[in-house]
Amino acid sequence: MNHLLPLVIVTPLLGAALLVAAGRFVPRPAAEALACALAAATAALALHLLLHAPSPVIDWLGAWTPRNGHSVGIVLHADRLALGTAALVSLLVLAVLVYSWRYFDEPPRKHAGSFPALVLLFQAGMCGFVLTGDLFNAFVFFELMGVVAYALTGYRVEAAKAVQGGLTFGVVNSLGAYAMLMGVGLLYARTGELAMRHIGAALDARGAPDALVLAAFVLLLTGLLVKAAAVPFHFWLPDAHAVAPTPVCMLLSGVMVELGVYGTARIYWTIFSGPGGIPPETVAHTLLTFGVLSAAVGALMCWYQRHIKRLLAFSTVAHTGLFLIGLALLAPEATGGTALYLIGHAGVKAALFACAGILLDRYGSIDEYALHGRARELRLTAACFTAGGLALAGLPPFGTALGKAVTEEAAGPWLTALFVLVSAVTGGAVLRVAARVFGGHGTPPAAGEERETSGEGERPETEQQLTRVPATMLAVPGVLLVGALLAGVLPALHSAVGSAADEAAPGVTVALTPPHWSAPGILLGLLSAAVAAGLAVLAVRRPQHTRSRHWLDPLRLLHSGHIGDYVAWTLAGTTLLGALALTGLL
Amino acid sequence: MMDVLPYLVAAWIFLVGCYGLATSRNLIHAVGCLAVCQAATYVLLLSVGYRHSGTAPVFADLTPHTRPVVDPVVQALALTDVVVGATVTALLLALVIQVAKRHHTLDPDELSELRG
Repeated sequence: MNHLLPLVIVTPLLGAALLVAAGRFVPRPAAEALACALAAATAALALHLLLHAPSPVIDWLGAWTPRNGHSVGIVLHADRLALGTAALVSLLVLAVLVYSWRYFDEPPRKHAGSFPALVLLFQAGMCGFVLTGDLFNAFVFFELMGVVAYALTGYRVEAAKAVQGGLTFGVVNSLGAYAMLMGVGLLYARTGELAMRHIGAALDARGAPDALVLAAFVLLLTGLLVKAAAVPFHFWLPDAHAVAPTPVCMLLSGVMVELGVYGTARIYWTIFSGPGGIPPETVAHTLLTFGVLSAAVGALMCWYQRHIKRLLAFSTVAHTGLFLIGLALLAPEATGGTALYLIGHAGVKAALFACAGILLDRYGSIDEYALHGRARELRLTAACFTAGGLALAGLPPFGTALGKAVTEEAAGPWLTALFVLVSAVTGGAVLRVAARVFGGHGTPPAAGEERETSGEGERPETEQQLTRVPATMLAVPGVLLVGALLAGVLPALHSAVGSAADEAAPGVTVALTPPHWSAPGILLGLLSAAVAAGLAVLAVRRPQHTRSRHWLDPLRLLHSGHIGDYVAWTLAGTTLLGALALTGLL
Repeated sequence: MMDVLPYLVAAWIFLVGCYGLATSRNLIHAVGCLAVCQAATYVLLLSVGYRHSGTAPVFADLTPHTRPVVDPVVQALALTDVVVGATVTALLLALVIQVAKRHHTLDPDELSELRG
C-alpha cells in the first residue's frame, strides 16, 4: 500500500477543478503559473515513487482490498514502467504549458483558466490510464483523455478545420472506446473480476481460450489500436493533428497516441499472456501485421504531405507502427528498446511540432510551398527543426537511434530494413521541409493539386502574428531535443528502462543486459540518417508534385475526411483483427 | 436461446449504430448513432449481471441470502458508462454546432477541407 500513488492522478485533477472555478478571477500569468507548478509537482511525485518506492506500488482505493481472492474495489498497480510513463507524460505536459505561456488569444469569455485546466485534465486522464490496474477504470480514463483531447482539438472554435477535425477524432475514438467497453463486459462475464491481474489469473484457471476470450481480445485491441492510430484505424489522427492547436499536437503525438501501444502491451501482458489467454504466436503475427501496415502507409503518406503538421502527424503513424512491431517481437530486449525509442520519440516529435508552431505563429502559414525560403532568419528554429529531422531518422546518439538499434537487433534482417527505410523516409520528409522552408533551397514547386490539404490561410494561434519568437517557445523545443539526446547517452537511464521493461513483461526471470550501443546499431543509425539526408536533397533538387497523376493517389483518396468512411475503415480493421486472431487459434 | 438473446441484441444494436454512422448524411444523426452504439454496451453490461429471478440488490427491505439478486457491480459500471456517454454526446453536439456555424452544412459529404 502506498497512499501517495493516487496523488499522481488527483493533483492535476484538483488543479483543473481549481482553475475552472477560480480562472475567471485571476490574471492569466497566475493561472498558467499554477498549472505549471501542479504539472511539475505531479512529475516530481511520479519520479519520487519511481526512484524510492519498492516496485510495484499497489493501492486499493478506499482500502477495498480483495477478500478470498475476489475483489470489487479499484486497484492502482504501478510498476516502474507505469511510473516512468506517468513521469514522461507529466514532464511533457509541463513542457507544453511552458510553451503555451502567453500563447493563445485571450481565451473565450475572459476565462484565463480554461486552457491550462483542460491540459491538466488531459494529464490526469493519461496518468490514470497508465497507473490503473483495473480494466473498467482503464476504459474510464481512456474516455477521459479522449474527451479532453477532442475538446482541446476543437479549442479554437472559430477555425473551421479545427472543429471538423475534433468531431472526426471524437466520433472514431469514442466508437473504439465503446468496442473496448464491450470487451471489458465480456471479460467480466467470464471471470467476475475487473482487476487486470485477477482477470488474467481467472482465465488461466479455466484453461484454453474460447470464442468469448477471443472476442474480448479483439474488442479491447480495437479500442487501443484506434488510440494508437494503427492502420486502418488511423484516419482520425492526421485530421486531428493537422488542426489542433500546436501545444495540443505536442501532447497528442508525443504521448497520447503512444499510450495506445502502452495499453496494448499492458493488456496483453497482464490478461492474455497466460495459458488461458491468446497464444503468443497469434499475438505476434497480429501486432506485426498492423505494425508493418502502419509503418508503410504512415511513411508513404508522410512523404507526400505539404501541410507541415499533417506531415508530422503521418510520421507519428509510421513510428507507432514501428513501436507495434517492437512489441510484436515479444522479446524482452525489443521491449526495452521500444520503450527507449518511445521516450526519444516523445521528445523529438514534440520539439518538431513546437517548431512548426513557431512557423505558424510567425508567418500565418504551415504550408511547405507557401513558406518556401521565408523562414531564413529563424536560425535557431531551423537548427532545432533539422536536428529533430535527423533524430527522427535515427541519427546516433539520440534516444530514438538507440531504441531503434536495440529493437532492430531483436527483429531480424527484413524488419531491420523496414525500420531503416521508415525512419529514413519520415526523417527525410522533415529534412526536406527544413531545406525548403528555412534554407530556401530548390525552386518553389508549382501549385499543388486540389484534393490535398494545404496549410495556407491558417490563422496564427497567438494574439497577433509574432514579429519575434518568444524565448519560451524557442527554449522548449531545445530542451526537448536535449532530453531526447540524453535518453541516448545516459547508461543509467538505459539500464533503468531495460529493467523496468523486463519487470513489466511476463516470463522474464533473469536480468538481461540493458539496452546499449553496438557497432552495427550505430552504423545502421548513421545509414538511415544518411538516406534521409539523401532523400531530402533529391526531393529539393527535383520537385515532385508537378505531375498531375501519381501512383499514390488511390491511397491518398482514401483519406477523405469523411466520418462515415472512417467508421467503415474502423469496422474493416476490427474484422481484420478478428481474422488474424482467429487464424492463429485454429 | 433466451440466455444468448441479450448478447445477440447487444451485438445487433452495436452494429446497427455503426451502420448508421457509416451511412449518415447528417452530423446530428451521426452523433445519435454513436449514442446507439453506446446503448449496446448498457445492454451487454446489464445482461452480464442478470441472475434468474433475481431482484434489485437493495438490502433495505431484503434479508441477505433469502433470494438471488442481480450483480450490482455491472450496474455501477453502466451508471458510469451513462455519465461518460452524456459527456461525449454533449461535447460532440457542441462541436457539431460549431461545424454548422463555420461550414454552413451538416452533411459530412460536403466537409472537404481535410483530405489527402
